[in-house]
Amino acid sequence: MLEISQELVDQIVDHARRDHPDEACGVIAGPVGSDTPTRFIPMLNAAMSPTFYEFDSADLLKLYREMDRNDEEPIVVYHSHTATQAYPSRTDVSYASEPNAHYLLVSTRETGNEDGPYELRSYRIVDGEITEEEVRISES
Amino acid sequence: MSVEVEIPTILRPYTDGARVVSSSGDTLADVVTTLESAHPGIGERLVADGQLLRFVNVYLNDEDVRFLGGLQTAVSDGDTVTILPAVAGGC
Repeated sequence: MLEISQELVDQIVDHARRDHPDEACGVIAGPVGSDTPTRFIPMLNAAMSPTFYEFDSADLLKLYREMDRNDEEPIVVYHSHTATQAYPSRTDVSYASEPNAHYLLVSTRETGNEDGPYELRSYRIVDGEITEEEVRISES
Repeated sequence: MSVEVEIPTILRPYTDGARVVSSSGDTLADVVTTLESAHPGIGERLVADGQLLRFVNVYLNDEDVRFLGGLQTAVSDGDTVTILPAVAGGC
């Protein structure tokens, strides 16, 4: 199960809407071992694509160095799907390399850049296997 | 040339959990070969057919080696090699 605050969910959804129709991506870091996402870190999609996302390699190194310094780890790795459902694609699975992270997907296919209903789902992806999990959203 | 290699979480099962291990060689390719001898299995998570895998980013002293000489990049004593899995995907 993923427990995450409403404030962080709103930030993720806002980011996804802003970048639609390109995929948006980022990390919510939190204290190592806490399983609690606390720090919202939107990342640039270096691919700038509606069908692919990738953190820029220099940004990625900077992010991991910063998390190391803060005793943080990536608790949530999020990205958006802009024309398909919020379910990990084969590409998502092949790249998934944080066995301890919650992979959060948001789909903006219904509303695009506008407000409205969105689909938000969370998964563990370990050794190529997808396991969906409950998302419990707490008041900030 | 002796170098330090920073290992990401997903590859630490190969290094008994160690975050940093030593390796050696004149080029990055040698460093990977030495790493593989000490930690069998790790090599194929990094290199295939003489090329760095698309799924990993490798940095030499914080420079992405794709912008240096790839696996042929020369390393010097005391260099730091950092391995990070790419964070990527798509619908």
